[in-house]
Amino acid sequence: MSDDKHPAIAVQKLRKSFGTQKVLNGISFQVGEGETVAVIGRSGGGKSVLLKLLIGLQLPDSGSILIADEEITKLDNKRLNEIRKKIGFLFQQAALYDSLSVAENVDFPLSRHSEMSELERAQRVQGLLREVGMDQESEKFPSQLSGGMQKRVGLARALALDPNILLFDEPTAGLDPITAEEIGNLIVELKKKRQVSAIVVTHDVHGAKAYSDRMVLLHQGSIHAEGSFEELESSNDESISEFFGYGPR
Amino acid sequence: MRESCSFEMARSVADVLTMFIVFGTAISGMLVNSRLHLFSPGHFLVSIFEWFGKLGTFCWHLLRTALTPPYEFREFFRQCDEIGSKSLPLVGLAGAATGVVMSLQMRDSLIRFGAKSFLPTVIVYSLIKETGPIITGLMVSGRAGAGIGAQLGSMRVTEQIDAMEASAVDPFKFLIATRVLACIFMLPLLTLAADFCGIVMGWVANTLSEPISFRLFMENGFQSMFFSDFIPPTFKTMIFGFIIGLVACFQGMRTQGGTEGVGRSATSSVVLSALFVVLADVILVRVILTVWGA
Repeated sequence: MSDDKHPAIAVQKLRKSFGTQKVLNGISFQVGEGETVAVIGRSGGGKSVLLKLLIGLQLPDSGSILIADEEITKLDNKRLNEIRKKIGFLFQQAALYDSLSVAENVDFPLSRHSEMSELERAQRVQGLLREVGMDQESEKFPSQLSGGMQKRVGLARALALDPNILLFDEPTAGLDPITAEEIGNLIVELKKKRQVSAIVVTHDVHGAKAYSDRMVLLHQGSIHAEGSFEELESSNDESISEFFGYGPR
Repeated sequence: MRESCSFEMARSVADVLTMFIVFGTAISGMLVNSRLHLFSPGHFLVSIFEWFGKLGTFCWHLLRTALTPPYEFREFFRQCDEIGSKSLPLVGLAGAATGVVMSLQMRDSLIRFGAKSFLPTVIVYSLIKETGPIITGLMVSGRAGAGIGAQLGSMRVTEQIDAMEASAVDPFKFLIATRVLACIFMLPLLTLAADFCGIVMGWVANTLSEPISFRLFMENGFQSMFFSDFIPPTFKTMIFGFIIGLVACFQGMRTQGGTEGVGRSATSSVVLSALFVVLADVILVRVILTVWGA
Protein backbone atom coordinates (compact mmCIF):
# COMPACT_ATOMS: atom_id res chain seq x y z
CA MET A 1 0.00 0.00 0.00
CA SER A 2 1.17 3.50 -0.73
CA ASP A 3 2.48 5.62 2.14
CA ASP A 4 1.19 8.78 0.53
CA LYS A 5 -0.78 10.86 3.06
CA HIS A 6 -3.20 12.25 0.48
CA PRO A 7 -3.82 9.45 -1.98
CA ALA A 8 -5.38 10.28 -5.33
CA ILE A 9 -7.68 7.29 -4.95
CA ALA A 10 -8.55 5.49 -1.72
CA VAL A 11 -10.85 2.48 -1.76
CA GLN A 12 -12.14 1.09 1.54
CA LYS A 13 -14.00 -2.21 2.05
CA LEU A 14 -15.63 -2.02 -1.38
CA ARG A 15 -18.29 -4.64 -2.07
CA LYS A 16 -20.26 -5.28 -5.25
CA SER A 17 -22.53 -8.17 -6.19
CA PHE A 18 -24.68 -8.96 -9.19
CA GLY A 19 -27.53 -11.09 -7.90
CA THR A 20 -25.95 -13.90 -5.95
CA GLN A 21 -22.55 -13.47 -7.60
CA LYS A 22 -20.11 -11.58 -5.38
CA VAL A 23 -17.74 -9.68 -7.66
CA LEU A 24 -15.85 -7.54 -5.15
CA ASN A 25 -15.65 -8.80 -1.61
CA GLY A 26 -14.59 -5.86 0.54
CA ILE A 27 -11.40 -4.71 -1.18
CA SER A 28 -9.25 -1.83 0.10
CA PHE A 29 -6.29 -0.14 -1.56
CA GLN A 30 -4.84 3.28 -2.33
CA VAL A 31 -3.19 4.96 -5.28
CA GLY A 32 -0.79 7.77 -4.46
CA GLU A 33 -0.29 11.03 -6.38
CA GLY A 34 1.59 10.28 -9.60
CA GLU A 35 1.57 6.56 -8.91
CA THR A 36 0.57 3.90 -11.46
CA VAL A 37 -1.01 0.75 -10.11
CA ALA A 38 -1.63 -2.28 -12.29
CA VAL A 39 -4.64 -4.36 -11.25
CA ILE A 40 -4.15 -7.89 -12.48
CA GLY A 41 -6.33 -10.94 -12.16
CA ARG A 42 -8.27 -13.58 -14.03
CA SER A 43 -11.11 -12.76 -16.43
CA GLY A 44 -14.41 -12.16 -14.63
CA GLY A 45 -12.56 -11.27 -11.45
CA GLY A 46 -14.17 -7.86 -11.09
CA LYS A 47 -11.36 -5.69 -12.48
CA SER A 48 -13.50 -3.80 -15.00
CA VAL A 49 -16.30 -3.49 -12.45
CA LEU A 50 -13.79 -1.87 -10.08
CA LEU A 51 -12.98 0.79 -12.69
CA LYS A 52 -16.67 1.45 -13.35
CA LEU A 53 -17.24 1.89 -9.63
CA LEU A 54 -14.33 4.32 -9.44
CA ILE A 55 -15.88 6.59 -12.06
CA GLY A 56 -19.43 6.27 -10.75
CA LEU A 57 -20.86 4.29 -13.67
CA GLN A 58 -22.02 1.70 -11.15
CA LEU A 59 -22.83 2.00 -7.47
CA PRO A 60 -21.16 -0.25 -4.89
CA ASP A 61 -23.25 -2.30 -2.44
CA SER A 62 -21.13 -0.91 0.38
CA GLY A 63 -17.74 0.60 1.03
CA SER A 64 -16.12 3.90 0.28
CA ILE A 65 -14.33 5.44 -2.71
CA LEU A 66 -12.38 8.63 -2.07
CA ILE A 67 -11.16 10.53 -5.11
CA ALA A 68 -9.21 13.69 -4.32
CA ASP A 69 -10.51 13.36 -0.75
CA GLU A 70 -14.13 13.34 -1.91
CA GLU A 71 -16.47 10.42 -1.24
CA ILE A 72 -17.90 9.75 -4.70
CA THR A 73 -20.46 7.12 -3.74
CA LYS A 74 -22.57 9.76 -2.00
CA LEU A 75 -22.38 12.54 -4.58
CA ASP A 76 -25.27 13.83 -6.67
CA ASN A 77 -24.93 13.72 -10.46
CA LYS A 78 -23.78 17.32 -10.81
CA ARG A 79 -20.93 16.98 -8.33
CA LEU A 80 -20.05 13.53 -9.66
CA ASN A 81 -19.68 15.02 -13.14
CA GLU A 82 -17.24 17.59 -11.71
CA ILE A 83 -15.12 14.71 -10.36
CA ARG A 84 -15.44 12.82 -13.67
CA LYS A 85 -13.88 15.78 -15.48
CA LYS A 86 -10.69 15.09 -13.49
CA ILE A 87 -10.62 11.46 -14.57
CA GLY A 88 -9.72 10.08 -18.00
CA PHE A 89 -11.06 6.63 -18.86
CA LEU A 90 -9.76 4.41 -21.65
CA PHE A 91 -12.31 1.68 -22.31
CA GLN A 92 -11.45 -1.87 -23.28
CA GLN A 93 -12.76 -1.47 -26.85
CA ALA A 94 -11.95 2.28 -26.87
CA ALA A 95 -15.73 3.06 -27.07
CA LEU A 96 -15.30 5.78 -29.69
CA TYR A 97 -18.53 7.39 -30.91
CA ASP A 98 -19.29 5.78 -34.28
CA SER A 99 -21.06 8.80 -35.72
CA LEU A 100 -18.20 11.21 -35.00
CA SER A 101 -14.83 11.52 -36.71
CA VAL A 102 -11.56 11.00 -34.81
CA ALA A 103 -11.16 14.75 -34.24
CA GLU A 104 -14.80 15.14 -33.17
CA ASN A 105 -14.40 12.25 -30.71
CA VAL A 106 -11.47 13.99 -29.02
CA ASP A 107 -13.27 17.33 -29.18
CA PHE A 108 -16.42 15.88 -27.58
CA PRO A 109 -15.50 16.47 -23.92
CA LEU A 110 -13.68 19.71 -24.76
CA SER A 111 -16.64 21.26 -26.54
CA ARG A 112 -18.82 20.64 -23.50
CA HIS A 113 -16.53 21.38 -20.60
CA SER A 114 -13.94 23.91 -21.71
CA GLU A 115 -14.13 27.64 -22.29
CA MET A 116 -11.84 27.42 -25.34
CA SER A 117 -12.75 28.95 -28.68
CA GLU A 118 -13.32 26.65 -31.64
CA LEU A 119 -9.85 27.41 -33.00
CA GLU A 120 -8.17 26.74 -29.66
CA ARG A 121 -10.07 23.49 -29.36
CA ALA A 122 -9.02 22.42 -32.85
CA GLN A 123 -5.38 23.12 -31.95
CA ARG A 124 -5.71 21.22 -28.69
CA VAL A 125 -7.30 18.25 -30.50
CA GLN A 126 -4.46 18.21 -33.04
CA GLY A 127 -1.93 18.40 -30.20
CA LEU A 128 -3.51 15.47 -28.37
CA LEU A 129 -3.73 13.40 -31.55
CA ARG A 130 -0.08 14.19 -32.26
CA GLU A 131 0.80 13.02 -28.75
CA VAL A 132 -0.70 9.59 -29.51
CA GLY A 133 0.54 9.52 -33.12
CA MET A 134 -2.88 9.89 -34.74
CA ASP A 135 -2.78 13.46 -36.09
CA GLN A 136 -2.80 12.21 -39.70
CA GLU A 137 -6.07 10.33 -39.20
CA SER A 138 -8.18 13.11 -37.67
CA GLU A 139 -10.85 13.07 -40.41
CA LYS A 140 -11.34 9.32 -40.35
CA PHE A 141 -14.23 7.58 -38.59
CA PRO A 142 -13.74 4.87 -35.93
CA SER A 143 -14.88 2.13 -38.33
CA GLN A 144 -11.92 3.00 -40.60
CA LEU A 145 -9.36 2.46 -37.81
CA SER A 146 -7.63 -0.65 -36.52
CA GLY A 147 -8.01 -1.74 -32.88
CA GLY A 148 -4.68 -0.20 -31.87
CA MET A 149 -5.51 3.09 -33.60
CA GLN A 150 -8.88 3.20 -31.87
CA LYS A 151 -7.17 2.78 -28.50
CA ARG A 152 -4.80 5.64 -29.30
CA VAL A 153 -7.74 7.89 -30.17
CA GLY A 154 -9.52 6.71 -27.01
CA LEU A 155 -6.42 7.68 -25.06
CA ALA A 156 -6.34 11.13 -26.69
CA ARG A 157 -10.01 11.59 -25.74
CA ALA A 158 -9.29 10.47 -22.18
CA LEU A 159 -6.54 13.12 -21.97
CA ALA A 160 -8.65 15.91 -23.46
CA LEU A 161 -9.66 17.53 -20.18
CA ASP A 162 -6.16 17.22 -18.71
CA PRO A 163 -7.17 14.73 -16.02
CA ASN A 164 -5.30 14.09 -12.77
CA ILE A 165 -6.29 10.44 -12.80
CA LEU A 166 -6.29 7.95 -15.64
CA LEU A 167 -8.14 4.64 -15.66
CA PHE A 168 -7.17 2.08 -18.29
CA ASP A 169 -9.37 -0.96 -18.89
CA GLU A 170 -7.26 -3.63 -20.63
CA PRO A 171 -5.32 -1.15 -22.81
CA THR A 172 -3.44 -3.88 -24.66
CA ALA A 173 -6.15 -6.56 -24.89
CA GLY A 174 -6.78 -7.89 -28.39
CA LEU A 175 -3.71 -6.19 -29.87
CA ASP A 176 -0.71 -7.79 -31.55
CA PRO A 177 2.49 -7.77 -29.42
CA ILE A 178 4.04 -4.84 -31.31
CA THR A 179 0.97 -2.61 -31.04
CA ALA A 180 0.55 -3.69 -27.40
CA GLU A 181 4.11 -2.59 -26.73
CA GLU A 182 3.47 0.73 -28.49
CA ILE A 183 0.45 1.36 -26.26
CA GLY A 184 2.56 0.36 -23.22
CA ASN A 185 5.23 2.84 -24.30
CA LEU A 186 2.59 5.53 -24.66
CA ILE A 187 1.50 4.95 -21.07
CA VAL A 188 5.15 5.18 -19.92
CA GLU A 189 5.57 8.48 -21.83
CA LEU A 190 2.35 9.86 -20.37
CA LYS A 191 3.49 8.93 -16.90
CA LYS A 192 6.76 10.80 -17.36
CA LYS A 193 5.19 13.82 -19.03
CA ARG A 194 1.99 14.35 -17.08
CA GLN A 195 2.65 12.92 -13.61
CA VAL A 196 -0.91 11.57 -13.40
CA SER A 197 -2.11 8.86 -11.04
CA ALA A 198 -3.29 5.81 -12.92
CA ILE A 199 -4.93 2.43 -12.49
CA VAL A 200 -4.31 -0.03 -15.31
CA VAL A 201 -6.46 -3.14 -15.40
CA THR A 202 -4.63 -5.77 -17.40
CA HIS A 203 -3.84 -9.44 -17.96
CA ASP A 204 -0.46 -8.58 -19.39
CA VAL A 205 1.70 -8.73 -16.23
CA HIS A 206 4.99 -8.54 -18.12
CA GLY A 207 3.81 -5.56 -20.16
CA ALA A 208 2.60 -3.88 -16.98
CA LYS A 209 6.11 -4.13 -15.51
CA ALA A 210 7.17 -1.28 -17.80
CA TYR A 211 4.70 1.29 -16.54
CA SER A 212 3.42 0.21 -13.12
CA ASP A 213 4.93 1.23 -9.77
CA ARG A 214 2.91 -1.39 -7.97
CA MET A 215 0.71 -4.36 -8.77
CA VAL A 216 -2.47 -5.55 -7.10
CA LEU A 217 -3.61 -9.10 -7.73
CA LEU A 218 -7.38 -9.44 -7.57
CA HIS A 219 -8.50 -12.99 -6.95
CA GLN A 220 -12.06 -14.18 -6.25
CA GLY A 221 -13.22 -10.68 -5.39
CA SER A 222 -10.43 -9.97 -2.89
CA ILE A 223 -6.94 -8.52 -3.06
CA HIS A 224 -4.77 -11.60 -2.95
CA ALA A 225 -1.39 -9.89 -3.20
CA GLU A 226 0.10 -6.44 -3.55
CA GLY A 227 3.62 -5.28 -4.35
CA SER A 228 6.14 -4.53 -7.07
CA PHE A 229 6.54 -6.78 -10.11
CA GLU A 230 9.72 -8.25 -8.64
CA GLU A 231 8.09 -8.96 -5.28
CA LEU A 232 5.13 -10.73 -6.84
CA GLU A 233 7.30 -12.55 -9.36
CA SER A 234 9.48 -14.01 -6.63
CA SER A 235 6.50 -15.05 -4.50
CA ASN A 236 6.09 -18.70 -3.61
CA ASP A 237 2.31 -18.39 -3.51
CA GLU A 238 0.87 -20.89 -5.98
CA SER A 239 -1.86 -18.66 -7.44
CA ILE A 240 0.57 -15.73 -7.88
CA SER A 241 3.24 -17.76 -9.62
CA GLU A 242 0.57 -19.40 -11.80
CA PHE A 243 -0.53 -15.95 -12.86
CA PHE A 244 3.02 -14.93 -13.64
CA GLY A 245 3.21 -17.90 -15.99
CA TYR A 246 5.70 -20.06 -14.14
CA GLY A 247 3.32 -22.57 -12.65
CA PRO A 248 3.56 -23.89 -9.08
CA ARG A 249 7.09 -24.16 -7.74
CA MET B 1 -86.16 9.43 -31.58
CA ARG B 2 -85.28 6.10 -33.20
CA GLU B 3 -82.33 7.68 -35.06
CA SER B 4 -81.03 9.20 -31.83
CA CYS B 5 -81.27 5.83 -30.09
CA SER B 6 -79.32 4.02 -32.80
CA PHE B 7 -76.73 6.82 -32.77
CA GLU B 8 -76.21 6.33 -29.01
CA MET B 9 -75.96 2.59 -29.51
CA ALA B 10 -73.36 3.02 -32.24
CA ARG B 11 -71.42 5.34 -29.95
CA SER B 12 -71.40 2.79 -27.11
CA VAL B 13 -70.23 0.09 -29.51
CA ALA B 14 -67.45 2.44 -30.67
CA ASP B 15 -66.41 3.07 -27.06
CA VAL B 16 -66.28 -0.65 -26.27
CA LEU B 17 -64.29 -1.20 -29.45
CA THR B 18 -61.90 1.60 -28.45
CA MET B 19 -61.31 0.03 -25.03
CA PHE B 20 -60.80 -3.37 -26.64
CA ILE B 21 -58.19 -1.96 -29.03
CA VAL B 22 -56.48 -0.05 -26.20
CA PHE B 23 -56.06 -3.14 -24.01
CA GLY B 24 -55.35 -5.45 -26.94
CA THR B 25 -52.59 -3.17 -28.17
CA ALA B 26 -51.05 -2.72 -24.74
CA ILE B 27 -51.01 -6.45 -24.01
CA SER B 28 -49.70 -7.47 -27.43
CA GLY B 29 -47.05 -4.76 -27.07
CA MET B 30 -45.91 -6.30 -23.81
CA LEU B 31 -45.82 -9.76 -25.34
CA VAL B 32 -43.53 -8.58 -28.10
CA ASN B 33 -41.38 -6.52 -25.75
CA SER B 34 -39.89 -9.26 -23.69
CA ARG B 35 -39.66 -12.95 -23.26
CA LEU B 36 -42.55 -12.98 -20.83
CA HIS B 37 -43.51 -16.06 -18.97
CA LEU B 38 -46.90 -16.65 -20.54
CA PHE B 39 -47.59 -19.57 -18.28
CA SER B 40 -47.04 -17.49 -15.18
CA PRO B 41 -49.77 -14.82 -15.09
CA GLY B 42 -48.35 -13.23 -11.93
CA HIS B 43 -44.96 -12.70 -13.48
CA PHE B 44 -46.61 -11.47 -16.65
CA LEU B 45 -48.50 -8.75 -14.77
CA VAL B 46 -45.42 -7.77 -12.77
CA SER B 47 -43.46 -7.45 -16.04
CA ILE B 48 -46.10 -5.16 -17.51
CA PHE B 49 -46.15 -2.89 -14.47
CA GLU B 50 -42.36 -2.95 -14.25
CA TRP B 51 -42.03 -1.95 -17.91
CA PHE B 52 -44.49 0.91 -17.58
CA GLY B 53 -42.88 2.01 -14.30
CA LYS B 54 -39.45 2.15 -15.88
CA LEU B 55 -40.87 3.93 -18.93
CA GLY B 56 -42.44 6.50 -16.60
CA THR B 57 -39.15 7.11 -14.78
CA PHE B 58 -37.35 7.34 -18.12
CA CYS B 59 -39.93 9.86 -19.35
CA TRP B 60 -39.57 11.97 -16.20
CA HIS B 61 -35.77 11.98 -16.49
CA LEU B 62 -36.14 12.94 -20.17
CA LEU B 63 -38.45 15.88 -19.40
CA ARG B 64 -36.10 17.15 -16.69
CA THR B 65 -33.00 17.02 -18.85
CA ALA B 66 -34.72 18.30 -22.01
CA LEU B 67 -35.87 21.46 -20.25
CA THR B 68 -32.64 22.39 -18.49
CA PRO B 69 -29.67 24.05 -20.26
CA PRO B 70 -27.22 23.53 -21.87
CA TYR B 71 -29.09 22.46 -25.00
CA GLU B 72 -27.56 20.24 -27.67
CA PHE B 73 -28.78 22.24 -30.70
CA ARG B 74 -26.26 20.80 -33.13
CA GLU B 75 -27.19 17.22 -32.35
CA PHE B 76 -30.89 18.17 -32.42
CA PHE B 77 -30.59 19.53 -35.98
CA ARG B 78 -28.58 16.48 -37.00
CA GLN B 79 -31.36 14.27 -35.68
CA CYS B 80 -33.99 16.41 -37.46
CA ASP B 81 -32.10 15.69 -40.68
CA GLU B 82 -31.75 12.01 -39.81
CA ILE B 83 -35.38 11.51 -38.82
CA GLY B 84 -37.05 14.17 -40.99
CA SER B 85 -35.19 14.60 -44.29
CA LYS B 86 -34.17 10.98 -44.58
CA SER B 87 -37.71 9.72 -43.91
CA LEU B 88 -39.18 12.15 -46.46
CA PRO B 89 -38.85 9.93 -49.58
CA LEU B 90 -40.42 6.95 -47.79
CA VAL B 91 -43.26 8.97 -46.28
CA GLY B 92 -43.86 10.81 -49.58
CA LEU B 93 -43.99 7.54 -51.49
CA ALA B 94 -46.34 5.95 -48.97
CA GLY B 95 -48.61 9.02 -49.11
CA ALA B 96 -48.55 9.00 -52.93
CA ALA B 97 -49.40 5.29 -53.10
CA THR B 98 -52.26 5.83 -50.65
CA GLY B 99 -53.60 8.70 -52.78
CA VAL B 100 -53.55 6.55 -55.93
CA VAL B 101 -55.22 3.59 -54.21
CA MET B 102 -57.88 5.79 -52.65
CA SER B 103 -58.61 7.41 -55.99
CA LEU B 104 -58.99 4.03 -57.73
CA GLN B 105 -61.07 2.42 -54.97
CA MET B 106 -63.28 5.39 -54.12
CA ARG B 107 -64.03 6.23 -57.71
CA ASP B 108 -65.69 2.88 -58.30
CA SER B 109 -67.65 3.04 -55.04
CA LEU B 110 -68.80 6.62 -55.50
CA ILE B 111 -69.95 5.95 -59.09
CA ARG B 112 -72.22 3.21 -57.70
CA PHE B 113 -73.88 5.70 -55.36
CA GLY B 114 -74.00 8.45 -57.98
CA ALA B 115 -71.62 10.62 -55.97
CA LYS B 116 -68.66 10.71 -58.33
CA SER B 117 -68.29 14.46 -57.96
CA PHE B 118 -67.37 13.94 -54.28
CA LEU B 119 -64.19 12.06 -55.17
CA PRO B 120 -61.79 15.03 -54.63
CA THR B 121 -63.49 15.82 -51.30
CA VAL B 122 -63.27 12.20 -50.13
CA ILE B 123 -59.59 11.93 -51.05
CA VAL B 124 -58.59 15.26 -49.47
CA TYR B 125 -60.77 14.77 -46.40
CA SER B 126 -59.66 11.23 -45.58
CA LEU B 127 -55.99 11.92 -46.30
CA ILE B 128 -55.82 15.02 -44.13
CA LYS B 129 -58.03 13.76 -41.32
CA GLU B 130 -56.71 10.26 -40.86
CA THR B 131 -54.78 8.45 -43.56
CA GLY B 132 -51.89 10.93 -43.88
CA PRO B 133 -51.16 11.15 -40.13
CA ILE B 134 -51.39 7.43 -39.43
CA ILE B 135 -49.38 6.43 -42.53
CA THR B 136 -46.68 8.91 -41.49
CA GLY B 137 -46.69 7.64 -37.89
CA LEU B 138 -46.33 4.03 -38.97
CA MET B 139 -43.68 4.75 -41.61
CA VAL B 140 -41.56 6.80 -39.19
CA SER B 141 -41.95 4.22 -36.42
CA GLY B 142 -40.63 1.63 -38.88
CA ARG B 143 -37.75 3.65 -40.22
CA ALA B 144 -36.68 5.95 -37.40
CA GLY B 145 -37.86 3.66 -34.57
CA ALA B 146 -35.68 0.80 -35.79
CA GLY B 147 -32.78 3.18 -36.42
CA ILE B 148 -32.91 4.75 -32.97
CA GLY B 149 -33.37 1.40 -31.18
CA ALA B 150 -30.49 -0.22 -33.04
CA GLN B 151 -28.15 2.76 -32.76
CA LEU B 152 -28.64 3.30 -29.04
CA GLY B 153 -28.56 -0.46 -28.44
CA SER B 154 -25.27 -0.76 -30.24
CA MET B 155 -23.89 2.25 -28.35
CA ARG B 156 -24.94 0.60 -25.10
CA VAL B 157 -23.26 -2.75 -25.80
CA THR B 158 -20.06 -1.14 -27.09
CA GLU B 159 -19.80 1.05 -23.95
CA GLN B 160 -20.18 4.29 -25.92
CA ILE B 161 -22.92 5.43 -23.54
CA ASP B 162 -20.69 4.62 -20.56
CA ALA B 163 -17.91 6.61 -22.25
CA MET B 164 -20.26 9.56 -22.58
CA GLU B 165 -21.13 9.42 -18.88
CA ALA B 166 -17.45 9.03 -18.02
CA SER B 167 -16.84 12.27 -19.98
CA ALA B 168 -19.36 13.97 -17.66
CA VAL B 169 -21.90 14.33 -20.48
CA ASP B 170 -25.49 13.33 -19.73
CA PRO B 171 -26.57 10.78 -22.39
CA PHE B 172 -30.19 11.77 -21.76
CA LYS B 173 -29.43 15.28 -22.91
CA PHE B 174 -27.24 14.39 -25.87
CA LEU B 175 -28.85 11.18 -27.14
CA ILE B 176 -32.40 10.94 -25.86
CA ALA B 177 -33.77 14.49 -25.65
CA THR B 178 -32.46 15.39 -29.12
CA ARG B 179 -34.00 12.30 -30.74
CA VAL B 180 -37.37 12.59 -29.02
CA LEU B 181 -37.64 16.32 -29.82
CA ALA B 182 -36.62 15.71 -33.43
CA CYS B 183 -39.38 13.09 -33.73
CA ILE B 184 -41.91 15.49 -32.19
CA PHE B 185 -41.03 18.35 -34.55
CA MET B 186 -40.55 16.31 -37.72
CA LEU B 187 -43.75 14.26 -37.63
CA PRO B 188 -46.17 17.14 -38.48
CA LEU B 189 -43.89 18.25 -41.32
CA LEU B 190 -43.68 14.74 -42.70
CA THR B 191 -47.46 14.45 -42.38
CA LEU B 192 -47.85 17.54 -44.54
CA ALA B 193 -45.57 15.92 -47.12
CA ALA B 194 -47.60 12.68 -47.04
CA ASP B 195 -50.86 14.65 -47.38
CA PHE B 196 -49.47 16.68 -50.28
CA CYS B 197 -48.11 13.64 -52.17
CA GLY B 198 -51.35 11.72 -51.57
CA ILE B 199 -53.54 14.53 -52.85
CA VAL B 200 -51.38 15.20 -55.91
CA MET B 201 -51.19 11.51 -56.84
CA GLY B 202 -54.92 11.13 -56.12
CA TRP B 203 -55.48 13.87 -58.68
CA VAL B 204 -53.07 12.21 -61.17
CA ALA B 205 -54.88 8.84 -60.84
CA ASN B 206 -58.23 10.57 -61.20
CA THR B 207 -57.08 12.57 -64.22
CA LEU B 208 -55.86 9.43 -65.98
CA SER B 209 -59.44 8.07 -65.83
CA GLU B 210 -61.28 11.32 -66.34
CA PRO B 211 -59.28 14.49 -66.98
CA ILE B 212 -59.87 17.25 -64.44
CA SER B 213 -57.76 20.36 -63.86
CA PHE B 214 -55.63 20.40 -60.71
CA ARG B 215 -57.18 23.69 -59.67
CA LEU B 216 -60.75 22.34 -59.96
CA PHE B 217 -59.74 19.16 -58.10
CA MET B 218 -58.29 21.23 -55.28
CA GLU B 219 -61.26 23.60 -55.15
CA ASN B 220 -63.67 20.66 -54.95
CA GLY B 221 -61.49 18.87 -52.46
CA PHE B 222 -61.04 21.75 -50.05
CA GLN B 223 -64.46 23.43 -50.41
CA SER B 224 -65.87 21.80 -47.28
CA MET B 225 -62.62 21.73 -45.27
CA PHE B 226 -62.05 24.02 -42.31
CA PHE B 227 -58.95 24.74 -40.29
CA SER B 228 -60.45 22.69 -37.49
CA ASP B 229 -60.41 19.70 -39.87
CA PHE B 230 -56.76 20.26 -40.66
CA ILE B 231 -55.01 21.44 -37.46
CA PRO B 232 -55.87 18.70 -34.89
CA PRO B 233 -55.08 15.68 -37.11
CA THR B 234 -51.81 17.21 -38.31
CA PHE B 235 -50.62 18.24 -34.86
CA LYS B 236 -51.71 15.00 -33.19
CA THR B 237 -48.70 13.51 -34.98
CA MET B 238 -46.52 15.39 -32.50
CA ILE B 239 -47.81 12.88 -29.95
CA PHE B 240 -46.98 10.07 -32.38
CA GLY B 241 -43.49 11.54 -32.63
CA PHE B 242 -43.16 11.64 -28.85
CA ILE B 243 -44.27 8.00 -28.61
CA ILE B 244 -41.90 6.83 -31.36
CA GLY B 245 -38.92 8.71 -29.93
CA LEU B 246 -39.62 7.74 -26.34
CA VAL B 247 -40.26 4.04 -26.94
CA ALA B 248 -37.34 3.61 -29.36
CA CYS B 249 -34.91 5.41 -27.05
CA PHE B 250 -36.18 3.47 -24.02
CA GLN B 251 -35.77 0.13 -25.76
CA GLY B 252 -32.36 1.11 -27.12
CA MET B 253 -31.04 2.22 -23.73
CA ARG B 254 -32.21 -1.01 -22.08
CA THR B 255 -30.25 -3.18 -24.50
CA GLN B 256 -28.40 -6.11 -23.00
CA GLY B 257 -26.73 -9.15 -24.49
CA GLY B 258 -24.49 -8.09 -27.37
CA THR B 259 -25.56 -8.09 -31.00
CA GLU B 260 -28.54 -10.33 -30.31
CA GLY B 261 -29.74 -7.74 -27.81
CA VAL B 262 -29.30 -4.97 -30.40
CA GLY B 263 -31.49 -6.93 -32.84
CA ARG B 264 -34.12 -7.43 -30.14
CA SER B 265 -34.09 -3.72 -29.29
CA ALA B 266 -34.51 -2.69 -32.93
CA THR B 267 -37.43 -5.10 -33.42
CA SER B 268 -39.17 -4.21 -30.19
CA SER B 269 -38.70 -0.48 -30.89
CA VAL B 270 -40.54 -0.81 -34.19
CA VAL B 271 -43.27 -3.12 -32.96
CA LEU B 272 -43.97 -1.26 -29.73
CA SER B 273 -43.84 2.23 -31.21
CA ALA B 274 -46.14 1.19 -34.11
CA LEU B 275 -48.56 -0.43 -31.67
CA PHE B 276 -48.60 2.56 -29.35
CA VAL B 277 -49.05 4.93 -32.31
CA VAL B 278 -52.16 2.98 -33.37
CA LEU B 279 -53.34 2.93 -29.78
CA ALA B 280 -52.77 6.66 -29.37
CA ASP B 281 -54.57 7.30 -32.65
CA VAL B 282 -57.70 5.55 -31.38
CA ILE B 283 -57.69 7.71 -28.26
CA LEU B 284 -56.75 10.94 -30.05
CA VAL B 285 -59.47 10.55 -32.70
CA ARG B 286 -61.97 10.13 -29.89
CA VAL B 287 -60.61 13.22 -28.09
CA ILE B 288 -60.56 15.31 -31.28
CA LEU B 289 -64.15 14.33 -32.09
CA THR B 290 -65.22 15.23 -28.56
CA VAL B 291 -63.40 18.57 -28.44
CA TRP B 292 -63.80 19.80 -32.02
CA GLY B 293 -66.93 17.83 -32.93
CA ALA B 294 -67.56 15.48 -35.83
